[in-house]
Amino acid sequence: MNTASIAAPPTRLEEPQSEPVVQLTNVSLSFPGRSVLENISFSVAPGETRILLGPAGVGKSVLLKLVNGLLRPDSGSVRVFGQEISRMREEDLFPLRTRTGMVFQEGALFDSLSIRDNVAYQLIQENVANEEIDERVREALRFVGLEHTFSLFPGSLSGGMRRRVAIARALIHHPEFLLYDSPTGGLDPVTCSTIIELIVKQRDDYRTPSLLVTHRLQDAFTMCTHRYDSAQGRMVPLPQGQTHANTTFLMLNDGRLHFDGSLHDLVTSQDPFVREFLM
Amino acid sequence: MAIDRFDQTAKHIVLTVQDYSLFAYRAFVNLFRPPIYWTDFLIQSDIIGVGSVSIVILAGFFTGGVLALQSAATLAQFGATAVTGRFVSESMIRELGPVLTGIMVSGRNASSMASELGSMIVTEQIDAMRALGVDPMRKLVTPRIFASIAMLFFLSIVANFFGILGGGAVTIFLNHQNGTQYFAMAYQYLRYPTVLQGLVKPLFFGYIIASIGCFYGMKTTGGTEGVGKSTIQAVVTSSVLIIFVDFLISQVMIKLFG
Repeated sequence: MNTASIAAPPTRLEEPQSEPVVQLTNVSLSFPGRSVLENISFSVAPGETRILLGPAGVGKSVLLKLVNGLLRPDSGSVRVFGQEISRMREEDLFPLRTRTGMVFQEGALFDSLSIRDNVAYQLIQENVANEEIDERVREALRFVGLEHTFSLFPGSLSGGMRRRVAIARALIHHPEFLLYDSPTGGLDPVTCSTIIELIVKQRDDYRTPSLLVTHRLQDAFTMCTHRYDSAQGRMVPLPQGQTHANTTFLMLNDGRLHFDGSLHDLVTSQDPFVREFLM
Repeated sequence: MAIDRFDQTAKHIVLTVQDYSLFAYRAFVNLFRPPIYWTDFLIQSDIIGVGSVSIVILAGFFTGGVLALQSAATLAQFGATAVTGRFVSESMIRELGPVLTGIMVSGRNASSMASELGSMIVTEQIDAMRALGVDPMRKLVTPRIFASIAMLFFLSIVANFFGILGGGAVTIFLNHQNGTQYFAMAYQYLRYPTVLQGLVKPLFFGYIIASIGCFYGMKTTGGTEGVGKSTIQAVVTSSVLIIFVDFLISQVMIKLFG
């Protein structure tokens, strides 16, 4: 990765709107015997993609689960779509979660269900007609390039294919916000590139705001320096020196938010931890 | 230090009881509140009920048989072999039918519930379900509890029937006694409190099996090793609870009906 080309100030492609989709304020969380997150504050604006970086085991996935209400903070405020969710009852969280799509680290597909039923899970719960389900599932699978897996079971798919099915499952309900938990972790470079292209396609075609966890710098930089070209049907590099301004970075270390800014800020940061992480 | 360990264990037990009480309360309330996933209820009924029929028939038949075998020798000393039928039927219906069925189904299904839900926890499938806006308590736990209660009720009746049949087979073919007398005594001395006791117990046992199996499954931590631990805890706890609750219900029923 040529860091010189991305060190220039970004050319904004689109200004983020003011009202955040997600807003965390002074969020702290401890597990028995150890503190995981301390006073974390950040927000995600509409149309914005935030990439959460940090070493393994630093609490990135935990933070993602906090944002979706799967965990509750010990203190602080978590606002999603303008609603405070940190003290909301579990029953009240379910309708809110249907507006959010989440891709889990290992895909978390339901082993006992076919790919069709996995992708259509939400639609089946909503008693959508079978014909419509089939059509929408095929459309979602086509988006991730896996239409032929329609009637297979998760056990017969590779790790990368499972991740792509998980993306299709997260997208089928047309979410207003997306959470990706290490979508490329443990995959080969070609599959990583395919998945990043899907994420960029979703970002650029549908402008869905998202929070993406990764410890792979290469993926993060690719997302910042590329855009999806619908005409060509593939991801293409942005002109030299230009970066995607609505794709910004957060960095966690020792349970604290160590960095919050653009790619330009990241690569020019003098912070020793950030510099060490980028090396 | 030993006292620290004792302190930790006591806290752990109190916390588990508290967690289970809350879990069991939520599960119980959900039985009466929509949405109820009837398709999942039917699938679970098939797994728990139809799947357990063969072991319940075998266990019931041989338990009834051994009851007749053991009691005949003792009753013969008092010249009372004629009451073997009454002894077997009352023992099976009041105690052994429901308790044995409960323990057999607990070994088969509390373990499978704990391991299935535990595996779903460690592979984040439960989190994925919650993230998709579906309540795992309603989707996974409630149908299992419903199915377990309904199926244990019928399985206990099956166990009772085959237990009395097994006792009859032993009475006729091994003890060479009068079969008509056996079945007449087994039927004539049946009273409503006996039948009621035999039908009420499985309802409690079914609830215990499913709620304990699901509770330990949903509380699984620590990967595949944790799944194994949850499975063992589910079987041990539900079996012990079944015997304990059986004692309590028997006490109450005897006080009420004599």
